[in-house]
Amino acid sequence: MANLQRVYVWELPVRLYHWVNALCVTVLAVTGFMIGRPFFPHIGGEAWQNYSFGWVRFVHFTAAFVFFFNFLGRIYWGFVGNEHARWHQFLPFGKGRLRRQAKEIGQVLRVDVLLAKDESIESVGHNALAGVTYFATFLVFLFQSLTGFGMYAAMSDAKLPRLFAWIVPLMGGDFAVRQWHHVFMWFFVVFSMVHVYLVFYHDYVEGRGVISSMAGGWKFVEKPKP
Amino acid sequence: MTKRPLSVWEHAQLKGYSRREFVQFCTWLAAAAGIEASAVGQVVHALETKARVPVVWFHFQECTCCSESFIRSSHPIVADILIDLISLDYTETLMAASGHQAEAALHESMTKHQGEYLMLVEGSVPTADGGVYCCIGGRTARDILVEAAAGAKAIVAWGSCASNGCIQAARPNPTDATPIHELVSGKPIINVPGCPPIGEVMAGTIVHLLTFGRIPQLDGLGRPLAFYSRRVHDTCYRRPNYDAGLFVESFDDENAKRGYCLYKVGCRGPVTYNACGVMRWNAGVSYPIQSGHGCIGCSEANFWDNGPFYQHLAGFPGFGIETTADDIGVAVGAATAAGIAVHAVTTNIRKRKLLEVRNEPAGPAPSAGEKR
Ligand code: HEM
Ligand code: SF4
Repeated sequence: MANLQRVYVWELPVRLYHWVNALCVTVLAVTGFMIGRPFFPHIGGEAWQNYSFGWVRFVHFTAAFVFFFNFLGRIYWGFVGNEHARWHQFLPFGKGRLRRQAKEIGQVLRVDVLLAKDESIESVGHNALAGVTYFATFLVFLFQSLTGFGMYAAMSDAKLPRLFAWIVPLMGGDFAVRQWHHVFMWFFVVFSMVHVYLVFYHDYVEGRGVISSMAGGWKFVEKPKP
Repeated sequence: MTKRPLSVWEHAQLKGYSRREFVQFCTWLAAAAGIEASAVGQVVHALETKARVPVVWFHFQECTCCSESFIRSSHPIVADILIDLISLDYTETLMAASGHQAEAALHESMTKHQGEYLMLVEGSVPTADGGVYCCIGGRTARDILVEAAAGAKAIVAWGSCASNGCIQAARPNPTDATPIHELVSGKPIINVPGCPPIGEVMAGTIVHLLTFGRIPQLDGLGRPLAFYSRRVHDTCYRRPNYDAGLFVESFDDENAKRGYCLYKVGCRGPVTYNACGVMRWNAGVSYPIQSGHGCIGCSEANFWDNGPFYQHLAGFPGFGIETTADDIGVAVGAATAAGIAVHAVTTNIRKRKLLEVRNEPAGPAPSAGEKR
């Protein structure tokens, strides 16, 4: 295991984005769940004495704005960042990429998901399956932003949410928007479980420092044979 | 000398109303239409000069609750004059004529006022099996609709049936009940949803059309902004309880007595656009939430399919009616956790060799040349 070399994979903006996003998604999922199913014990007193549910919603909306702009920042970085941050990591457009990616997905499925083969896969940034999955999460981010701001538009005169008001008639009314916004919260729950597990898995099996890579940016890869 | 059609003011005079009563009425109408006080003059002027607008009112797949609501508008003059103010040439439920006479009146009005008449539609239109599920005078509702719409100046779709299908269109929608805006194009259509809509809202919509001669400002779903721009939740007097997290847990608990928010027992106020919280019903007496029952969202599309009414999230079709997204989410989450556990155990078995290599004591230190 000695012939490993360090490579700088995740640039600072990517790392920042990752943790801000993790924080926001956690806060949004928790507060969102509380909005959908208020479960805190009732604090008592009369309505004028507290604003607890209002605060939960306030936190949800604040986190939503941070989440949204952070997401926009990441989209931008997909165009200007390094090799591992770029769009073709997620969507394999370009010559030969599609085929390579499809092949690698098959490989990852066999090796890491079905555990059918006892080997490990060399990919420096995201592996191909992860790339596609992250692209799906971006779509869900987009969906949550559209539906979230679509609902928010009803209670705000601000310009930004207004831009999303069209989603409500498109989906047939607020109820449907809310229902789907709620359903996709579960995507985040399941995604986080699998994501965290897999990071541990890769770190454990491959020992290339996947976990710490999102803190410092470095991963280890095998040195090319001389 | 040809007889000029009488204006509303002239009509009112004939009926013995005083000028004062007429102006009061105009003011009330303006308020009902959501028109600001400074524009009352415009309303007065319009009713003084404009002839009555010819109106045909159709009844398709409906229960007549819209008509009932309309004639119960709180101001007495509505029943008395608004019905007169418009020249209601055809309406199955309120007209004296019947059978061939009625059909003749309809056709006379439609030809005489081609391009001028206002078309009010109550009810949805079935399109399954050639539209046989709703026929009037031997013709399908769809036929009648298309013919009448062609010469209409504007169309008002009364109630949830005409705006979005309502109960006839609920799953499985056996007759393919279809809202008006999906069958007619190229005409201004105003949706006034609700089951029924508030009488004053109906009156207000008509008044706007009569006074300004054009359709009111509409939202993305074709509803007049004056009445449908706010959610019931935004004007609900129980809202402070919502913000304070004070919820009714069941209809017979202490919290229900205290008048707490009905969110957890399924109130649809947060997703329903209507003026109930402001205008209330039956001359402002009350509205569902004030009477202790959550809003069921009757003015929103698909509200029948978004049940059960007494829980916040809708049931998922195919999973048993009471199963909500959360139950399914928990199940998927649990399955995921189980999958992860299995995967973790299997990893240790299947990846034995790799792990052994990894756990070997480190070889020589990384080459010295490597830069940080
Ligand atoms: C990770 C992303 C997000 C998750 C997991 C999430 C989750 C949730 C959940 C579960 C609800 C409750 C729905 C219900 O059953 O009533 C909710 C409500 C809501 N969310 Fe989100 N949300 C996310 C992002 C956003 C964003 C970006 C916005 C944008 C402003 C937003 C705005 C809202 C609004 C306006 C509501 C309705 C709150 C109310 O009317 O009281 N959400 N969210
Ligand atoms: S009772 Fe319904 S409309 Fe009123 S505050 Fe509660 S949820 Fe909103």
